[in-house]
Amino acid sequence: MKIGLEIHCQLTSLKTKLFCGCSSDYRGKTPNTFVCPVCLGLPGSLPVLNEKAVELAVMVALALNCEVAPQTFFVRKNYFYPDMPKNFQISQYDVGGSIAIASGGWVGFLVGKTRKTVRLRRIHLEEDPGKLFYHGTIDTSPYTLVDYNRAGIALLEIVTEPELEAPAEARAFLQKLRSILEHLGVSDGGLEGAMRCDANISIEGGGRVEVKNISSFKDVERALTFEIVRQRDLLKKGVKIQTETRHWDDVRRTTLSLRVKEEEQDYRYFLEPDLTPVRISQEMVELLRSRMPELPDARKERFLKAYGLPEYDAEVLTSDRAMADFFEECAKLYDKPKAVANWLMGDVLQCLHSLEVDIDQAKLAPQYLAEMLKLMDRGDISIKIAKKVLWEVMKHGKSPSTVVREKDWWRITDLQTLEGYIAQVFKEYPKAVEDALVDEKTIHYLIGKTMEATGGKADPELTNALIRKKLSQMKKGS
Amino acid sequence: MEPYKLGAWEISQKIRNRELTARECIVSFLSRIDSLEPKVKAYVSVLREAVLKKAEKIDKKVKRGERVGMLAGVAVAVKDNICTKGVKTTCASKILENFVPPYDATVVERIEAEDGIVIGKTNMDEFAMGSSTETSYFGPTRNPWDLSRVPGGSSGGSAAAVSAQEAPLALGSDTGGSIRCPASFCGVVGLKPTYGLVSRYGLIAYANSLEQIGPLARGTYDCALLLSVIGGYDERDSTSVNRAPRDYTRSLGKDLRGLKVGVLRELIGLGTDEAVVKAVLECASKLEEMGALCQEISLPVLSYALPAYYLIAMSEASSNLARYDGVRYGYRTEVDLDWNQVFSKSRREGFGAEVKRRIILGTYALSAGYYDRFFLKSLKVATLIKRSFEKAFQQVDVLLAPTMPLLPFRLGEKIDNPLALYMCDVDTVPVNLAGLPAVSFPCGFHQGLPIGAQVIAPPFREDLALQVSFAYEQAAAFKGRTPTL
Repeated sequence: MKIGLEIHCQLTSLKTKLFCGCSSDYRGKTPNTFVCPVCLGLPGSLPVLNEKAVELAVMVALALNCEVAPQTFFVRKNYFYPDMPKNFQISQYDVGGSIAIASGGWVGFLVGKTRKTVRLRRIHLEEDPGKLFYHGTIDTSPYTLVDYNRAGIALLEIVTEPELEAPAEARAFLQKLRSILEHLGVSDGGLEGAMRCDANISIEGGGRVEVKNISSFKDVERALTFEIVRQRDLLKKGVKIQTETRHWDDVRRTTLSLRVKEEEQDYRYFLEPDLTPVRISQEMVELLRSRMPELPDARKERFLKAYGLPEYDAEVLTSDRAMADFFEECAKLYDKPKAVANWLMGDVLQCLHSLEVDIDQAKLAPQYLAEMLKLMDRGDISIKIAKKVLWEVMKHGKSPSTVVREKDWWRITDLQTLEGYIAQVFKEYPKAVEDALVDEKTIHYLIGKTMEATGGKADPELTNALIRKKLSQMKKGS
Repeated sequence: MEPYKLGAWEISQKIRNRELTARECIVSFLSRIDSLEPKVKAYVSVLREAVLKKAEKIDKKVKRGERVGMLAGVAVAVKDNICTKGVKTTCASKILENFVPPYDATVVERIEAEDGIVIGKTNMDEFAMGSSTETSYFGPTRNPWDLSRVPGGSSGGSAAAVSAQEAPLALGSDTGGSIRCPASFCGVVGLKPTYGLVSRYGLIAYANSLEQIGPLARGTYDCALLLSVIGGYDERDSTSVNRAPRDYTRSLGKDLRGLKVGVLRELIGLGTDEAVVKAVLECASKLEEMGALCQEISLPVLSYALPAYYLIAMSEASSNLARYDGVRYGYRTEVDLDWNQVFSKSRREGFGAEVKRRIILGTYALSAGYYDRFFLKSLKVATLIKRSFEKAFQQVDVLLAPTMPLLPFRLGEKIDNPLALYMCDVDTVPVNLAGLPAVSFPCGFHQGLPIGAQVIAPPFREDLALQVSFAYEQAAAFKGRTPTL
């Protein structure tokens, strides 16, 4: 199985669009209000390149180990589609003397515990089209609405070689890529539609299928998995997989055929006559290289040295910029970094998944996690309670000590109180008490029941001691 | 004298000196327009109310003793493919019949900044595709020298308006000769600037890599004046060249002694009307009398210019005109269909035959498998032509050639034979492929019809071309001749 990806990533750190001065802060705005003659492609308007976009693209190219072109050109990609104001997209492509801004390059990442490298084919700059809105889904909608606020937003297309071999690999690669882009500060993957993806997939004995319209990285794995199942089913039935383009329907989570090979478009690329070649001098490249922030791989190395983390932990944490930032904040406040890493990669990640939020949008602040760990260290709460506290913090955004106080989850260390609970348990489970009197090993049942009765608040060691004491008294008494 | 008979410079001088008011001038042009338009049909729209208000504003400025611009009170006719804020800009096409741009082209802003007044929008071949102004959706413009003949094109309305004294100045656009051709046919001066000298921002594109906006006037001085106003760097056009602004009227009046003029052999060769050849050669002799040194220059590669030009222009056009789909502005078919059908039907109904022909041919030339054979090869031809001009300019200062290989033809005479019409551009297109400046000026008359010659200069040497045109004009026997209407 071969999977190749085309990632479209908005350069969200730019204030303006790629070829005009319109604000790029279009999200949530009234449709068709963040537009001007240029991004609307009005007759007579002309594009002017946003030079900052070129700088950001070069930085991405350097971060992805690409070769930066000394001179780059823009081309027109011609096709009719209502989301494109000019019915052509200003893009880059290796045609007619045009060279994309960067070529080659590679990204290393971890799939589970296996290291994998994927080579990149090219990186290029292009303008984002507008956005189409359907009533319901694409094939049943009686009309299509267009919002051009997004039209002209600077987009970086990153094309991989078809070297990925499983949907999970695709997701792991995208996660790493996103982390690199976020460390560079060029693109905020958390913004809706800021990172989108087209996937090419071919399985043994089948044609190449391109799946378009995958608007989140999570959906990449879903769409690819769906396609593999669909294609394998067809092959089993003896149906040939034809080369085609399909549309990912994220509502119904299926793919629909858009067009087969015979209908493939001829984009009639040619040099954009309204723009001049862009020279990228070696001095500019070196200047940008010197300004590069710390990237995930370097950060991982630092995590190994500075925090003594195992390689796996360091890799996982730095695969997500926000996670790595969270870790470092927390490690400043709490001096056992391995414990922080364990909690982040375990319970915190689980909570994030079930709440469907990213760590930087979660209600858990680094100081809260640190505070919780300290409560545990001081013996104020047990690990069991700590897990419950974490949930409460992440749901309601209250500090751990507030949660513990409000819920009265302090560890029970008061002898009288504990003895009361134990007496109650002994009364409820006379058979277990009898067993324990005969076989000491069964005492754990009684401990467990006591813990249960206290909602996990009982100090386990104290409980153990008190139960033993009570049992031995009973033996003596009998 | 009626103000409409005056040139642009005279008008602005008289207004500045309070010999005339801007209002008087504008009224004079408006009444001239009223009386001649039924015959000439140079304009697509005339801005009657707006121009009076602007004129009054300028008069107030003069009265208060404030500084007024170089074009104070001068009416300028603007080709209808140049955007004017709030004023319909149609490209003489049904598809843009009601298009009102929300912005002004840079050249319009510059004219207004110098207190010039856009008096109306002029007729043209649809999307500037033609050499006769007959492909206009609004019907053809007539040649003021003979109303049964075409004014040339595609800036036929602009040239006719200036020729008929319906405006002292006009703007045209020249993709493959669209300023020089009508200037020649209408007996006026028209300049195609060096590629990158004048901002294209606001010019509705036909073939971006070839075209420039340029001035038309009855005399070289006014032409130079308008060029000085519209020329110069514009950050909104990436292909505009960053050079210091220039006053092109300054070099006028310099004599021609020692100036080396090359007469382009290929362009006075086979297929050129004898009367045209005779007039251009006489012009060369006249220049020699004035001290210029004429020699013949041969550039054989020019024979490939016409097909290369049409392939590049049509290819770019096929892409430029894709945006007219009825979704955002312009003509949209009445029927409620899916978007592909709306696109196709709107375009089928909105574009004229010549535009469709060029879109289809251009689409073909860019298609996979044909790109190298047609488009890329044409670009190579353009490079060769550019180089051969560079070589020529090592020998001579300027080149002289006929603007058009023939005299103004009759309406309807060629419209059904596109190839014959394309052939008319044979002398003008090399200049566009090479990005050079060229001025077309009247160099004689034959049976009452004007003949134009063009002076081609090295890049950014508009001053040289204008110098030759001005010197010749001062000495010409027909100086000051105007059509009888």
